[in-house]
Amino acid sequence: MFHVKHFDVVIVGGGHAGSEAAWAAAQMGASVALVTLRREAIGIMSCNPAIGGLGKGHLVREIDALGGLMGLAADAAGIQFRLLNRTKGPAVRGPRAQSDRVLYRDYVQNALSELENLSIIEGEATDLRVENDEVTGLILADGSEIATRNVVLTTGTFLRGVIHIGDVSRPGGRVGDAASVAMAERLEGFDLPLGRLKTGTPPRLNGRTIDWSKLEMQPGDTDPSLFSFMSDGAMAHQISCGITHTNAETHDIIRENLSRSAMYGGHIDGVGPRYCPSIEDKVVRFADKDSHQVFLEPEGLTTDTVYPNGISTSLPADVQERYVRSMYGLENVEIEQMGYAIEYDYVDPRALRLSLELKSCPGLFLAGQINGTTGYEEAAAQGLVAAVNAVRRARDQDSVTFSRKDSYIGVMVDDLVGRGVAEPYRMFTSRAEFRLLLRADNADQRLTTLGRDIGTVNDARWAAFNRKSEQIKKGNEVLAKVDLTAREIAGTGAKLNVDGPKRTALDALTLNDFGFDALYQIRPELPDIDRKIAEQIKNDALYAHYIRRQEKDIAAMAKDEATVIPFSTNYAEIGGLSAELVQKLNAARPESLAQARRIDGMTPAALLVLSGYLKRLDSRQVS
Amino acid sequence: MAGDTIFALATAAGRAGVAIVRISGRDASALAGQLMSSVPVGRGLRELRSSDGVILDQALVLSFVGDASFTGEPVIELHLHGSPAIVRSVLFALEGHGGRPAEAGEFTRRALENGKLDLAQVEGLADLIDAETEAQRRQALRVFAGGLGALAEEWRRQLIRAAALIEATIDFVDEDVPVDVTPEVSALLTAVRDGMSTQIDGVAAAERIRDGFEVAIVGAPNIGKSTLLNRLAGRDAAITSEVAGTTRDVIEVQMDLGGLAVTLLDTAGIRQTTDIVEEIGVSRAIDRANHADLRVFLVAKGAAPAMKPVAGDLVVVGKADLAGNEEFGVSGLTGLGIDALVGKITTELQARAGLAGVAIRARHRSAMEQASEQISAVLAALHDDVPADLLAEDIRHAIRAVDMVVGRVDVEDLLDEIFSSFCIGK
Repeated sequence: MFHVKHFDVVIVGGGHAGSEAAWAAAQMGASVALVTLRREAIGIMSCNPAIGGLGKGHLVREIDALGGLMGLAADAAGIQFRLLNRTKGPAVRGPRAQSDRVLYRDYVQNALSELENLSIIEGEATDLRVENDEVTGLILADGSEIATRNVVLTTGTFLRGVIHIGDVSRPGGRVGDAASVAMAERLEGFDLPLGRLKTGTPPRLNGRTIDWSKLEMQPGDTDPSLFSFMSDGAMAHQISCGITHTNAETHDIIRENLSRSAMYGGHIDGVGPRYCPSIEDKVVRFADKDSHQVFLEPEGLTTDTVYPNGISTSLPADVQERYVRSMYGLENVEIEQMGYAIEYDYVDPRALRLSLELKSCPGLFLAGQINGTTGYEEAAAQGLVAAVNAVRRARDQDSVTFSRKDSYIGVMVDDLVGRGVAEPYRMFTSRAEFRLLLRADNADQRLTTLGRDIGTVNDARWAAFNRKSEQIKKGNEVLAKVDLTAREIAGTGAKLNVDGPKRTALDALTLNDFGFDALYQIRPELPDIDRKIAEQIKNDALYAHYIRRQEKDIAAMAKDEATVIPFSTNYAEIGGLSAELVQKLNAARPESLAQARRIDGMTPAALLVLSGYLKRLDSRQVS
Repeated sequence: MAGDTIFALATAAGRAGVAIVRISGRDASALAGQLMSSVPVGRGLRELRSSDGVILDQALVLSFVGDASFTGEPVIELHLHGSPAIVRSVLFALEGHGGRPAEAGEFTRRALENGKLDLAQVEGLADLIDAETEAQRRQALRVFAGGLGALAEEWRRQLIRAAALIEATIDFVDEDVPVDVTPEVSALLTAVRDGMSTQIDGVAAAERIRDGFEVAIVGAPNIGKSTLLNRLAGRDAAITSEVAGTTRDVIEVQMDLGGLAVTLLDTAGIRQTTDIVEEIGVSRAIDRANHADLRVFLVAKGAAPAMKPVAGDLVVVGKADLAGNEEFGVSGLTGLGIDALVGKITTELQARAGLAGVAIRARHRSAMEQASEQISAVLAALHDDVPADLLAEDIRHAIRAVDMVVGRVDVEDLLDEIFSSFCIGK
């Protein structure tokens, strides 16, 4: 008989969702176990060697603001930082960094190994112990059992993963790793709605065989924008990426061999992401374009492997070799590992609550690609949400939910739980209706206090946050007392009527074309304001008018979120709802009116009926 | 039986050839089935009986299954003989079997709730039922057929396309998306704004078609205004006498002129007076004349009108029977020139009515004005250095304003538009 250990929370999987979940749960002081197939695979970047981007960079900042791990790891491993959309509004600027895979993995592994209340267990999780429909333990392939009331499953693409290269396919969770079939079968037993998705990777190239002298090079920003609010500057040596293009010959080769592609040859049933098409897809769908950009991204400082971003594929090996070599600079390139497509099972996330706990099985939380998302950042953010709620459940506390009006994390979880996915879900800034408010620069102002309450923000971060908040407050006070005439402001080149009324400096900063440089030009005697603080003040001012206009919408959403719909609601009993909507509501079981509002097919009239019903219900309970 | 199956008499109350009772709800068929041996599939003739077996009537029964009905839920129609006693007994029986008498407008409300009609269509339906003139009927039908919804859908599509173009430059930098989207965005926004502007202009005309045009007969005392009104109305609506200043209050007569609803106003003769009551009448006359859509000035030969005419107003010599052979004169007494006057008024009003589009209410106008304002702001900002996120925000607002007319927006629509048009993904 094996000795049964007990943990508050057990995390299954050591990818980006699993690592972040383990980190968050441990920060909260819970006893945590992380079960993974191989200890040395924890924190591996199995797709592109980069963190962040548009929408995704926002997620990383939010994870960091909550005391998470990903921002710190990405800063430590960053070898090229670029702030995307630098010329557009600050609300849509997204930090992105290319990472050294080894540095990233090492940072994550070291950080986790230092946590005293985290145990890392090597093994394959094959079964769950469930009593009275609630989780009571996890069973491993060797028959051992871990007792816990809270399991966070982060199995990525491993659930019945199948790898395709041309017409050759074999089971696998990732190149070099076996798929988890036992757990997939176990989940099937829960009668969960499962679907199938696919994603792809490009071939990996040997950098020493690339003719870099022919290529246009793209350097990083000279003044890097980091992910973590706790970081001061880039830590690793910084490098440039190369840029090449596909051409008519490349497209000809691909077109001639389409029938040999796993996807076009009919070997794959899963749905792939529209925004990350394979090179086959690009050639077919955009036949009028005779060239596509390809970024050659070095995977690290100590490796020669290069990741050609933009040409993921499921063509056979010989075709991959031919089309890659048709591009300039790559004429003699050697492929280290062939590109492949991977198909995997995912659980329809509509089966989850906003806490990422399965509705049908309390204590079982799902996070990451298993929920139909794609991307390290999306996975990590879910890992954090699931872990926080798993720990709270272990402590018999209410769950914490993230709102669309406060964070991209809230937008993502609400999208997943409310609408499900039709393709691998990726974050975009356009998904956030309050985008102007949810900026990368103010993620700490939005979330760090919440993180402190939850217990994921440590003392050092909390102190730094309070210092910064104090400085912002002081800066605002100073600027509100400085009066500027319209003529002075216009003198700096800002467009406004010179005969207009005078404004405070804070008010003048709401102008699109008036910043701190201009302010110091006309008021050199003003005290110095730290650059980061100044940036935050300027951004807040820039959007002040728009945000004021949104306040009504924000308040309406807050009210809808506060209108809780009981899980046991019998929608068929509410008169005035169409049969179709009753069915949808029954399937979705929205937790609040805000969630109900976003159900596909919901009409304004039906919402009135629903809110009227809830009001009557509420008054009945009070009396 | 669930309480949400409703029924009501759908035709006017009282004796008639046929009276129709409509039953709607999930259990409509079960409820109707209590009155007959079997509910027909499609249609059929059935004997209706009360629960104690007494025959109520022999009725034609129509059955609409699923959502293929006006309300979007199962509907049964009972076509009864139009006797108040039969109707009463059938309604009584339905209530006895657990049905609920429908509240006013409840069938239409269900059609709205079940997505069978949009808000604009519901408004059109209300107008259609109320339509009395040909122009009202045509206008209501235009709206009921979904004319405004279709137009709003088109604006929405164009605005979403414009927003998607801007969003693409935000969310997909470094990718194969068009770099300068300004020309297309500008063209799309201008097209929507122009379309809205036409509809906004037409709302006033549409309101006139629905509520009636006001035509005021204005002139000095004793020039024959009331006699003209009576002639036009075909009855003695106003008191006429040889005494100047007989008409004190404003007298209104509703008429149908060439298919248009018109309210004809007879007003007090305009002159300086010391009589307090007459003075009130004169100021009322001026006030109403100013607010009327059209003024017909009756003047003595060679005299100037009592007020300054505006474009479209008619100046006519009154008492033309006494004035001799005038170019354009009328006589309410003899009918001389009446047809010509009616023709001129009708032509003028029909020209104005022709401006009416499918937006017919102040609510539509204010939503369109709001959207139009946002669009103008974006058009101006496009050529300044305004950040794309702010442009996108303003377009989102414009889309929401358009949606206030019929539906609502969704970010998935934006992404769908982006994905269907561009090659995304590097």
